[in-house]
Amino acid sequence: MSKRPIEPFLWTLFSAGGVVAAVLIPAHLFLFGLAFPLGWLRPPTYEFLHGLLRSPLVRLYLFVLCALPLFHWAHRFRYTLYDGFQIKHLNKVIEALCYGGAVLGTALAGYLLMYAG
Amino acid sequence: MFKWAHTKFILRELSSVFVAWFVVITLLQIRALSEGNEAYAQFQQWLAKPAVVAANLISFCFVLLHTITWFNLAPRAMVVHVRGKRLPDAVIAASNYLGWLVISIGLIWFLRER
Repeated sequence: MSKRPIEPFLWTLFSAGGVVAAVLIPAHLFLFGLAFPLGWLRPPTYEFLHGLLRSPLVRLYLFVLCALPLFHWAHRFRYTLYDGFQIKHLNKVIEALCYGGAVLGTALAGYLLMYAG
Repeated sequence: MFKWAHTKFILRELSSVFVAWFVVITLLQIRALSEGNEAYAQFQQWLAKPAVVAANLISFCFVLLHTITWFNLAPRAMVVHVRGKRLPDAVIAASNYLGWLVISIGLIWFLRER
């Protein structure tokens, strides 16, 4: 793959997203994906969560929680397809799908959070 | 011959798909929360469907794999010197795990029933 000036930037996003995903996602997924639906813990009320969503700090947190892991996914998935499955001839399409998906997801997160609450 | 190292590599790379899945649920949750009480109740019902719980259980395992492999690699990416001596890898990895534990307990405490 050719060395382009944007690569170090994409790698930084991948790395930052990797840290955010490693530190924050397990607890979030454990609570909302398992503990609350299965009744292990009682969920917070709608009013409490909705109130949180009004806070600019919480919105910023949620934006980071969504955006950086998406770029982490884009970078890793791109190389999974590229190296793991040896789909090298579709490189341009893969890049467009992965980073395009991350950019779209980030824009969607920004839009939802801008009008949330 | 079964190549465990290669399988582990593929599983680790695939963890990113489950990271993306988490972002999808979180975006749906934000949308449901802003649409109102009823929409959020429906979202919670959706989360309790057996297929969704199963998907989240698998995702949780993959996300844990990501966390563990990420922290175990961290000492190689992050060389820390204290008073001119390089900190041992185990110390860096242990401090990462400790930070993760503290933040996770903090999040669970903050989001508990209220």
